[in-house]
Amino acid sequence: MAARLFKGAEYLVTDATKDDVFTPEDFTEEQRAIADTADQFVEEEIAPVRDRLEHQEAGVAVALMRKAGDAGLLMIDAPEAYGGLALDKATSMLAAERMGAGGSFSVAYAAHTGIGTLPLVYYGTDAQKDRYLGKLLTGEWSAAYCLTEPEAGSDALGGRATATLTPDGKHYLLDGTKQFITNGSFADLFTVFARVDRKHFTAFLVERTTPGVTVGPEEKKLGIKGSSTTSVIFEGAKVPVENVLGEIGKGHKIAFNVLNVGRFKLGAAVTGAAKHAFKAGAAYANARRQFGVPIARFGAIQEKLADLTTGIFASESIVYRLAGLIDDRLATIPKDTSGYYEAYQQGIEEYAIECAIAKVFCSEVLADVVDEVVQIHGGYGFIQEYPAEKYYRDERINRIFEGTNEINRLLVPGTILRRALKGELPLQRETMKAMEALMTPSPDELDPALPFAAERAVLGGLKRTFLVVAGAAVQRHREALKDEQEALLALADVAIQIFAMESVLLRAERISPRLPESRRADVAAAVKGHTFGAVEKIATAARRAAFYVAEGDTLTVLLGGIRRFTKYDATGLLEAKRRLAAAALEAERYPF
Amino acid sequence: MPLKLLVTVKRVEDPESKIRPTPDGSGIVTDGVSYKMNPFDEIAVEEALRLKEAHGGEVVVASIGGEKATTELRAALAMGADRGVLVRHEGALDPGIVSAILARVVAEERPDLVVMGKQAIDDDQNQTGQMLAARLAWPQATFASKKESLESDAEQRKRPGLTVAADGRRLEVVREVDGGVETLDLALPAVVTVDLRLNKPRFASLPGIMKAKKKELREIAAASLGVDLAPTVVVRRLFEPPRRQAGVRVGDVAELWSKLHAEAKVL
Repeated sequence: MAARLFKGAEYLVTDATKDDVFTPEDFTEEQRAIADTADQFVEEEIAPVRDRLEHQEAGVAVALMRKAGDAGLLMIDAPEAYGGLALDKATSMLAAERMGAGGSFSVAYAAHTGIGTLPLVYYGTDAQKDRYLGKLLTGEWSAAYCLTEPEAGSDALGGRATATLTPDGKHYLLDGTKQFITNGSFADLFTVFARVDRKHFTAFLVERTTPGVTVGPEEKKLGIKGSSTTSVIFEGAKVPVENVLGEIGKGHKIAFNVLNVGRFKLGAAVTGAAKHAFKAGAAYANARRQFGVPIARFGAIQEKLADLTTGIFASESIVYRLAGLIDDRLATIPKDTSGYYEAYQQGIEEYAIECAIAKVFCSEVLADVVDEVVQIHGGYGFIQEYPAEKYYRDERINRIFEGTNEINRLLVPGTILRRALKGELPLQRETMKAMEALMTPSPDELDPALPFAAERAVLGGLKRTFLVVAGAAVQRHREALKDEQEALLALADVAIQIFAMESVLLRAERISPRLPESRRADVAAAVKGHTFGAVEKIATAARRAAFYVAEGDTLTVLLGGIRRFTKYDATGLLEAKRRLAAAALEAERYPF
Repeated sequence: MPLKLLVTVKRVEDPESKIRPTPDGSGIVTDGVSYKMNPFDEIAVEEALRLKEAHGGEVVVASIGGEKATTELRAALAMGADRGVLVRHEGALDPGIVSAILARVVAEERPDLVVMGKQAIDDDQNQTGQMLAARLAWPQATFASKKESLESDAEQRKRPGLTVAADGRRLEVVREVDGGVETLDLALPAVVTVDLRLNKPRFASLPGIMKAKKKELREIAAASLGVDLAPTVVVRRLFEPPRRQAGVRVGDVAELWSKLHAEAKVL
């Protein structure tokens, strides 16, 4: 439990302390045991059937889902009254992370336990849960989420599917086509979004065997070939009115809220996938010899492994910090009250920005990892005999589904500014302060003897960078800023990198005192490596935004401020990277 | 006939961790080393659970060690064992003392069958089971294995490899011997140690993990058992074997002969 409850996006205006964050080092014995079970599931159940899964052999995915049900891996998020375990988000994300090493099946798993099951958990009536939830928790049934349509992807509410009440008032007739439905070929229960009377966006629980429901052929995909992706077609599909999920006309709330958790879960899953791919890269670097020595001896290879290590360290720091934020907030809601899930939803919605950050940041870390793992393998990375090629293909979808990274990036500054306007975030006040700091040449004095003094110092500057650039953008465009996507994307990069860097720093501050000396030095190396990269990225993105939104004197002042606020002394960077590489190569895996 | 089964569980270094001796050779560097249940003990727990599922009864898991050993006991409870006993002791032990302590635990628990890993993967002694049987004057079967392979349908159905007679008085054990397997018939109570090919241990389900928290885990101080805890076997020094020199390729038999004769001095 954190010392202080942070609101969504509050990190930009309030400095958190090490007592405010949850880290992977804070897991309980039970949580670690659950992680072990997920690891064993990947090794003992998924790995032996991986090839059959990749060829979409009938029944393999369904059998795995049942086995995951037997292991209890599907019941983490569900209430105890329906056979769930009602565990916290940290546990849920830990399981998703470990299952992330399971390749295609991890996509089926995340879709089933996340966007497939959660709409029912959060919005279902008791009768609906009685009827369906138990089956989903045991894996007897699989679930799918049907939002996207052929002409409504990022424009998620632009779908054409309709629901028409029958004259007797007992059924809705669903018509329309849903596209790219994960688990489509074998799911037994679909959460389908359609407009009642072509107006009211509404969610429905639709059983696969409903007449009028047909599943299209498997899509031939670039990656995650072992997962099922099909269209699902509704032609006068007769759905009982009891199967309306939530309220008529409130489907968008379900769609977006569930996506928040979906994005968060994706961040966790890709972090597991990144660790899995990293292992192959580190092992190959040790095994492959060129010029008479293992290529692991070369700085070119070591630097890659070091950078990937800091990236994964940051991903983990983000995912579990966010889990802690959400869990702390959800823990304040009294259980067994009628409005529990409504308050619960608001609790998650509060962190929509951080969920988007986790999705974008972690999926892009995975992209870096698989790219460099192919590169470390050289020519062998390009051929299918080695797993690097598959990791590379499987990664790509993560930057597209659950909201493209562009949509998620736009959501970050968009939501921040909206909340500031509503008075939920004191952005204006803090921007004024940052502007003052910009004008007064008195840098913060921090005792350089304190651990991570340089990182603490620059973090304050990075937040000011965001505030002054965002302030300038608002001043220039006012309400029209929402249409200035290039500037918004640049602001998003700044906000995302700040959250990552702060999460890394807080984790290091929290865990360092309890670590043995050599481990502490490894963590300090990760902080240095990550901070250097983050500061560089923030400076670049902030300058980009400055050129987009300002000119003349304002631009000069902004650029000067960015320069001053993004100064970071990374002395010892090379030693830090070599240290991380050595740790990764000795362990032959992600070393934290 | 319900069976009361006692299974021993040892906390050992994870074989995937890098193990290095300390510079003074007094032990190993524990920094960065993770721990887990001895893999042979996992097989023992699995077999006991299968016997319980077939015959009814109770599975008690026992360990000797510090507070951290509760993690491995909880892991066994999460697999499905009913309750745990931890004999608290810090510091080195040898199989003679371990078997003496276990004999006291057996005297208290009075199981029908003790199932143990054939050895722990940390020091690979392979003596404790045999010594325990001797101390109890019970029949023993070591290296229990299975006729079927671990990929067989029988294994898929989790059929036990140890066969208890219907009256619960006798036990049939298939064991690995050089060049094959033999079948032993034992009177119960008995001690069995298990080998690698007896079963595929289940992994703990999530509900199992959550239930394990609430299961009984009793602690006994080793000093309270009236066993002399002074080690009779002492590890003097641990060190890594010298690195193997790289080999050389020889052109012909004559060169091989001369190298073996002149350099290696083995001929």
